[in-house]
Amino acid sequence: MTLTQTHRTIEAIWRMESAKLIGSLTRMLRDVGVAEDLAQDALVIALEKWQEIGIPDNPGAWLMTTVKRRAIDLMRRKKLRDQKHVEIAREMDLNHEEDIDQTLDGEIGDDLLRLVFMTCHPVLSQDAKVALTLRLLCGLTTAEIARSFLVAESTIAQRVVRAKRTLRVEKVPFEVPPKGRQRKERLSAVLEVIYLMFNEGYSATSGDQYIRPLLCQEALRLGRVLSEITPHESEVHGLVALMEIQSSRLKTRVSATGEPVLLMDQNRAKWDRLLIRRGLAALKRSQTLGSTLGPYALQAAISACHAEAPTAADTNWIRIAALYEALSRATPSPIIELNRAVAISMAFGPAYGLQIVDELSAEPSLKGYHLLPSVRGDLLFKLGRCEEARKEFERAASMTRNDREKELLLNRINECEYRGTN
Amino acid sequence: MKFMMIVKATTDSEAGVIPPQELIDAMQKYNEELVKAGVLLAADGLQPTSSGIRISYPEPGEKPKVTDGPFTESKELIAGYTLIEVRSREEAVEWALRMPDPHGYGQGEIELRQVYDVEDFIDNPETLEKEVTLRKQVAEQKKA
Repeated sequence: MTLTQTHRTIEAIWRMESAKLIGSLTRMLRDVGVAEDLAQDALVIALEKWQEIGIPDNPGAWLMTTVKRRAIDLMRRKKLRDQKHVEIAREMDLNHEEDIDQTLDGEIGDDLLRLVFMTCHPVLSQDAKVALTLRLLCGLTTAEIARSFLVAESTIAQRVVRAKRTLRVEKVPFEVPPKGRQRKERLSAVLEVIYLMFNEGYSATSGDQYIRPLLCQEALRLGRVLSEITPHESEVHGLVALMEIQSSRLKTRVSATGEPVLLMDQNRAKWDRLLIRRGLAALKRSQTLGSTLGPYALQAAISACHAEAPTAADTNWIRIAALYEALSRATPSPIIELNRAVAISMAFGPAYGLQIVDELSAEPSLKGYHLLPSVRGDLLFKLGRCEEARKEFERAASMTRNDREKELLLNRINECEYRGTN
Repeated sequence: MKFMMIVKATTDSEAGVIPPQELIDAMQKYNEELVKAGVLLAADGLQPTSSGIRISYPEPGEKPKVTDGPFTESKELIAGYTLIEVRSREEAVEWALRMPDPHGYGQGEIELRQVYDVEDFIDNPETLEKEVTLRKQVAEQKKA
């Protein structure tokens, strides 16, 4: 192996293990910032040592033992000799590398869960939650996170530092919230962060790129991990189902030249059948666990309707409209209403959809939301009201921040002019 | 990126010998680890080639030749696969190294192959051009 190859291998291993390392260290040290620093140190040590002695047979265990030793040293130095720390030190057999597989099931899973509850804690802003989760749970570098969100590296670095400080100052405990309402709310905050990450990747809100696959992949991976450590939570499986099914279309959402392709125009033969199958299985798990479906499971069920339709014309729009109605009841929002309007128009005709959209026109929260005029334009176009449609598409084009989406809207404007004059 | 870890067939797997309980347990534990790490997409074991069928095209343009198993060149045969989604080639290698020796008597072999993504094809300028022409045609048909 060349030096760079060894480097890359060590980095890959570290990434596979880093969340577990940080989780265990946070449990010992009660400070996620210090825990992360120590985990980073382990990477430096591994880079140095493994080039000498070769990569150990069980690199995960090696890393874990190394960081735990350093954590104990640190505790001794800081004379943090409360009973708990002494106990941890005594319990650990430092002469043997721990069999990481033995502890993987219970302890490490629990630590990861505690860690994600911490990085998605309500004292943090949404941006901070996302950055910290990507950093600590997914092991992304600051540079990678910055690239994914098209912001300066220093911005992300600062965000992460501040988030860690907030957690320390606010004395956020490293724990899984007790069962009940609080746990439910906290879990839904975690799911929100994961879905936000996924969505940012799936429909990049700004820039010239329509999809940022790294964010989608990391969100999906984290969702899959979470569904294993919280196997009885219906909504976790619901979210995983939603992300699996949406990911199945990642490759068809953009044309060869980089323009977005709408769901109805996508080449269904290219949808990833494996991901669809996984999504449907996760949805089924979610359905057996929950008496009523939560918002993620409902969205997954809608997504599944598309996935199961062999052609766009076969889409069961009546079912989709009903699911949107259920979703609208579960989490009332004008954006869901807008989607319901689209489903209704597909099921019963554009005039019915337009009625709902017109009711939404006065909605203050949709002001500046480019999809409102875009949908309205589409319905008007279908009703043959091309001139009005053109105006709506123009409005939408002036609102979107995504260059690719703008292009798509300009095409529709041309289409209106063409239809209008012919 | 997706990788397929292909487990090669052995004399035992071809004879339909059930692996020792130890190996079955180790494999199960390994699969659980893959699931917990969020990287496992699919995994299956294959029946021996004695129940397999091979379709070959020895004469270009002619009808295919259908041959029933078993097939003999055991080194070329596969006994199972595990499909994983990982962040790097190195991570794939690391996971493959963690898989238990699938045989235990010296015949164990795992082959790691990267799965093509659609983009890999789209990178080809010819395919890209075809795709663009096709889309233009569709657009014109819609207008007409």
